[in-house]
Amino acid sequence: MENKRQITYLEAIREAMQQMMRKDENIYLIGEDIAEYGGAFGVTAGMVDEFGKERIRNTPISEAALIGIASGSAMTGMRPIAEIMFSDFMTIAMDQIANQAAKARYMFGGKASVPMVIRTPGGGGTGAAGQHSQSLEALVAHIPGLKVVMPSCPYDAKGLLVSAINDDNPVIFIEHKLLYKNKRYVQYVPEEVYGISLGKGDIKRKGKNLTIAATSFMVQKSLEAAEEIKNEKGIDCEIIDIRTLRPLDLDIILTSLEKTGKLMCVEEAPVFGGFMGEVAAQVAEYGFDLLDSPILRVAGRNCPVPYSLVLENEMIPGVERIKEGIVDLFEKI
Amino acid sequence: MELKKQKNRTKRKFEINGYTIEDRFRGLDRETKIEMLRKMFQIRHFELQTEQFIIRGMIHGTCHLYIGEEASAVGTIYATKKDDYITSNHRGHGHCIAKGADLNLMMAELLGKSTGYCRGRGGSMHIADVGSGNLGANGIVGGSMGIATGAGLTARMKNNKKIVICFFGDGAANEGIFHESINMASVWQLPVIYLCENNIYGMSTPMQEAFNIKRISDRKISYGIDGLTIDGNNLVEVYNTVSHFQRECRRGRGPVLIEALTYRWKGHSKSDAQVYRSKEEVSEWMKRDPIKIYSGELIERKIITRKEIEDIENRARDDIKKAADFAKSSPFPDPETIEEDVYA
Repeated sequence: MENKRQITYLEAIREAMQQMMRKDENIYLIGEDIAEYGGAFGVTAGMVDEFGKERIRNTPISEAALIGIASGSAMTGMRPIAEIMFSDFMTIAMDQIANQAAKARYMFGGKASVPMVIRTPGGGGTGAAGQHSQSLEALVAHIPGLKVVMPSCPYDAKGLLVSAINDDNPVIFIEHKLLYKNKRYVQYVPEEVYGISLGKGDIKRKGKNLTIAATSFMVQKSLEAAEEIKNEKGIDCEIIDIRTLRPLDLDIILTSLEKTGKLMCVEEAPVFGGFMGEVAAQVAEYGFDLLDSPILRVAGRNCPVPYSLVLENEMIPGVERIKEGIVDLFEKI
Repeated sequence: MELKKQKNRTKRKFEINGYTIEDRFRGLDRETKIEMLRKMFQIRHFELQTEQFIIRGMIHGTCHLYIGEEASAVGTIYATKKDDYITSNHRGHGHCIAKGADLNLMMAELLGKSTGYCRGRGGSMHIADVGSGNLGANGIVGGSMGIATGAGLTARMKNNKKIVICFFGDGAANEGIFHESINMASVWQLPVIYLCENNIYGMSTPMQEAFNIKRISDRKISYGIDGLTIDGNNLVEVYNTVSHFQRECRRGRGPVLIEALTYRWKGHSKSDAQVYRSKEEVSEWMKRDPIKIYSGELIERKIITRKEIEDIENRARDDIKKAADFAKSSPFPDPETIEEDVYA
């Protein structure tokens, strides 16, 4: 095990794209500064050398048209992977995402397909403030016709991206900036191509006292909190990585609740109208009898992501807030 | 040698906005010329029938009628190839019929029936037939401009020799995606004809309140592409212009912006009281009926007789009647199927 290669989240994402592009010449990348520059976070660095500028396609700063073009090419036989430099900029392309790509199939009576992946980094913690730090997954997960994926680690990032590329629907693939190059989260990732089914959650830590459902970077923070709280208070948390928000794997949460009876949801987005509201509602609807205490959400504060480090740390849930939540929930019986 | 010389002498050319356009219409076979007239009549009567359905409350949503603009769709689509792509807009019935859509399936869609093009899920603003290259009408003004450009990128990357016609209106020319799409198509030299049907009003807002330029085609300068303004009610002019530029486009000379001046006889949609324009203005434009202009042209060129024109119109009327009957007798969709086709 020790000898197996360990790669970063960013490297896993790049490898998935490279391997898939070698297999299928209809796959191409489209986005801003993705060729020589390698993308704002370096995810596509070096890819232009192998695939050339036709397939690693730099665009002007025109988010709406680049998503529209990706959709139109997808409807006519290509399989684009579009990069939106920051997930906040999806709002600029929202007509093309929500009104066009998401709805083409349904509105046209099932006769169109839009096999497209929109890769985009979300989340804060970088001091980039309100327009470069948001977690907008609830916005896109709300739209029927879109699939939404948020990997939390390198192994999942590769497998989920492979599946997203193979999927015949538009898939919003939200990466986390703080995971990209972080050596702390390197992981063994097989060199061969493998897929992870969209619509399957994953148990990242087994436990018996309390269930934590989390997304993206919050899975890592929850894991950290769970270890500490186990040592400090002996509370044993089970951590479920939602992985794909839509389609949602509700069963994995309900199965865990049969054992624990307690649910805490952790996400980075502002709590009001956040995706975990949907999770909580579904658990209340379909698993009320499994609960022996109220559902608790630990999420972003209800404000834009602020700049100052002190404020940013207050806005985004950290390990301490997650631990406090665990204790609160555990003591509420 | 002698023959060739003669042929050259008779090949007519004309100038529009500084472009020399050949009269390729002349060289078309008689069947195609008549077919185009038949399509125009089909569009006209399809829309008249639709209006009747609206009046009788049989259309659940809205419809944007194309009456008065028939030459633009027919002339454009007949100047391109059968497997070329088109994208359309909210006023899309004409483009769809010209592209060869099945009238029965179109009418059934308007009535929300399960036999419709979209199985009753799209209605008037979303009729598409992807298999035949029709990438769909669109309910968002300018919404299809990115999609058209993307189809152009496919044509370029697959080198399949296809081109794309992107139909949009004057209103869409002030949307951001107009600028983003045409600019990118120009940078990449994509084979897309941006065909702006300028019917003077964006819903109720007239050109002069929405533009500080006289010709939308003047915007070609910003993108470094060709562009011109033509009489969109004159089928022969539309046909010849598009015919000229589709060849250029197919040869890899990049996109073009064609502005076809036209006018919608009916209101913007079914709920339009038309307070923003005068009856005189409407009747002036009705004198420039694209079908009358084209019929006159065919008679003058001795291609067809008045009697034959009447027959063609009667047949078109019958086609529409059959489509209306088909639509009326078709079943509504089964509510059980409501969540089908959200995902592939």
